[in-house]
Amino acid sequence: MDPIISARGIQRSFGKHKALRNIDLEIKKGESVAIFGPNGAGKTTLLKVLSTIIMPTKGNVIVNGIDLRRDSSSVRELIGVISHQTYLYDGLTARENLRFFGKMYGMERSLLEERIRELLGHVGLLGRADDRVGAFSRGMKQRLSIARALVHRPEVLFMDEPYTGLDQRSAKAFENVLRALDKDKVTKIMVSHNIERAMQLCDRLIVMDRGEIVYDRMAKEIEGKEDFKLAYSSLICMDTDAEGVSNLW
Amino acid sequence: MFLDSKKEKMIAAVTGVVMLLAIWMVFFYLPEMRSGSGEILDSSFRIFYFHLPIAFTSYLAFFVVFIASICQLRRSSRKWDVVALSAAEVGVVFAFLVLVTGSIWAKATWGWYWIWEPRLTTSLVLLLVYLAYLMLRQAVEEPESRARIAAVFGIIGFVSVPLSFLSVRLWRSAHPLMFGGSTYGSSGGGLEGTSLQLTLLVNLIAFVLLFVTMVFYRIRNEEMKEEIDHMHISRY
Amino acid sequence: MLRSLHIAAKDLRTEFRTKQMLNSMVIFSVQVIVIFSISFGDLLGQKDIVDRLAPGVLWIAFIFAGTLGLSRSFASEIENGCLEGLKLCPVDRGAIYTGKTISNSLIMFAVEILTVPVLIVLFNYNIQNVAGLALIIILGTLGFITVGTLLSALTVNTRTREIMLPILLLPLVIPVIIPAIMATGKIMVEGDISDISSELRLLIVYDLIFFAVGHLIFEYTIQD
Repeated sequence: MDPIISARGIQRSFGKHKALRNIDLEIKKGESVAIFGPNGAGKTTLLKVLSTIIMPTKGNVIVNGIDLRRDSSSVRELIGVISHQTYLYDGLTARENLRFFGKMYGMERSLLEERIRELLGHVGLLGRADDRVGAFSRGMKQRLSIARALVHRPEVLFMDEPYTGLDQRSAKAFENVLRALDKDKVTKIMVSHNIERAMQLCDRLIVMDRGEIVYDRMAKEIEGKEDFKLAYSSLICMDTDAEGVSNLW
Repeated sequence: MFLDSKKEKMIAAVTGVVMLLAIWMVFFYLPEMRSGSGEILDSSFRIFYFHLPIAFTSYLAFFVVFIASICQLRRSSRKWDVVALSAAEVGVVFAFLVLVTGSIWAKATWGWYWIWEPRLTTSLVLLLVYLAYLMLRQAVEEPESRARIAAVFGIIGFVSVPLSFLSVRLWRSAHPLMFGGSTYGSSGGGLEGTSLQLTLLVNLIAFVLLFVTMVFYRIRNEEMKEEIDHMHISRY
Repeated sequence: MLRSLHIAAKDLRTEFRTKQMLNSMVIFSVQVIVIFSISFGDLLGQKDIVDRLAPGVLWIAFIFAGTLGLSRSFASEIENGCLEGLKLCPVDRGAIYTGKTISNSLIMFAVEILTVPVLIVLFNYNIQNVAGLALIIILGTLGFITVGTLLSALTVNTRTREIMLPILLLPLVIPVIIPAIMATGKIMVEGDISDISSELRLLIVYDLIFFAVGHLIFEYTIQD
């Protein structure tokens, strides 16, 4: 089967700093991938390049057969992004937020309303649908931002530190939503510091360091999480980012 | 970047020579001006031979900023950003000199330092726009986004210039007509006289050369600054 | 185009729900007029002087209040990273610019409708040609807002954005202010549309040129 995402020779620099050195990456449809790495390894930059927010300096990305440089607009229709920022307007209600973004994706009105009801149910916010988001708690906003990312039924879901700010209940709801996506064969790519959770959810683990991919295995090939942690610490130079490593476990 | 230091010195030397020639022509080569009734005009008119070339050069400078900004956005390279910055800085100096020479001349001719006249006012607006441009550059730290943000303003700022001119002209006009007008004393030759045209031409060339030299030195300056930064980085 | 309208509707819905920006803009523009009428207190009895002062005061009030509003226009998009969320949507960047320009203009019109009566009262002024004045205000405001929206997006990521915006904006809107003030002055003294045709033409040219250029280069202002 053709990969849904194929990145070739991706480089991205900010001024003199090379955030991504040379990334080759293929991801199959329905796969769920976790990306780890110390702070400054280029995880977020990679996610931003794959999700069309920033253009690579060199190299190209093909998503579902569409060239990102030629037609980034069509690529955007296929992807959803959950970030540690919520992308929500505080002045609008939960329903209005979802409606606005649904319209931005060009969704048809009647389908959209149905989809909004369904999603609000999934994230447990149906009762608060017509309250202003500004009055929501951090966890509720985060849950709504999950619904926001899924409103247009994306085929690929990117997640940047999705667990930030999620309380126990929200994290559970989040994982339920993610599992529900499996039957639609939605591809999931997650950047995380939380190895425990990511290992439960994902079937492929990637480690990045200094703008390169240094480790890429299927979860089932890995003996146990202790094994992976050991491999991880041997790959990463401790002195460059001791803090980033320590808050992994 | 564009020139090695040898060529740069050469162009500086040529500029110096042409500049001296231009100054000599203004003060010693030009015949005396006579007004319509045949009286000799005082020599305040001589500043015109500096004023017009300086004004032309400042417009040229901002045109360079405009073009460099477009190139910067099309292929975001450091090179065009440095060109835009250098041209803008030199251009601001020239735009300021336009106002100074214009005011001196206005004082001698009309008795006021400042008159709200389209070309002079446009120059003032121009100066304000490009001072804002330089301010904007200072407000952004990250070099890449600074280049991009400045380029957007470099384009929109230049587009506003002809509109400023049109609107100020609508407002009021008292500036002497450049060609065919009588303010310069047409019976004494006006601008039709060969010696006057020649002087003006030489001055124009001198100031454009001066601009080119200054921009090259400014670019060089920026390159060296970068080299030093680079040395600092590689040391640590 | 439809998506621009959705963006504008979203902005307006948020704004008219809280009226936060609208209130501060109206109050500020009224304050400007009050300050001017206090400082020109002695002259307000003389009709010919008022005729010459009032148009300038009106436009200064508009420009100041507008700058205040514009400085917040993209700040609200930056909160929670909404602008990035918008950039993730399959929407042309120009459509974002158009949408923002529409909502900013409409908010500005609302402020202006509330400001003009205050000017009439405090400067003891009467307007003969309401339609003509409305036309001038609409064209002048559009010019001001097309540039202002672009610069608002441009300055939102700079340090000291509240200071940068007016510094960048004022010299660029001089070509709008001049014909707008002139035309307002003429129309208020029993002028006719035909008397201000050259001013109107200039305003239209300015609006079109800056909208076209803004539309073209807006994508660069919100790039990462």
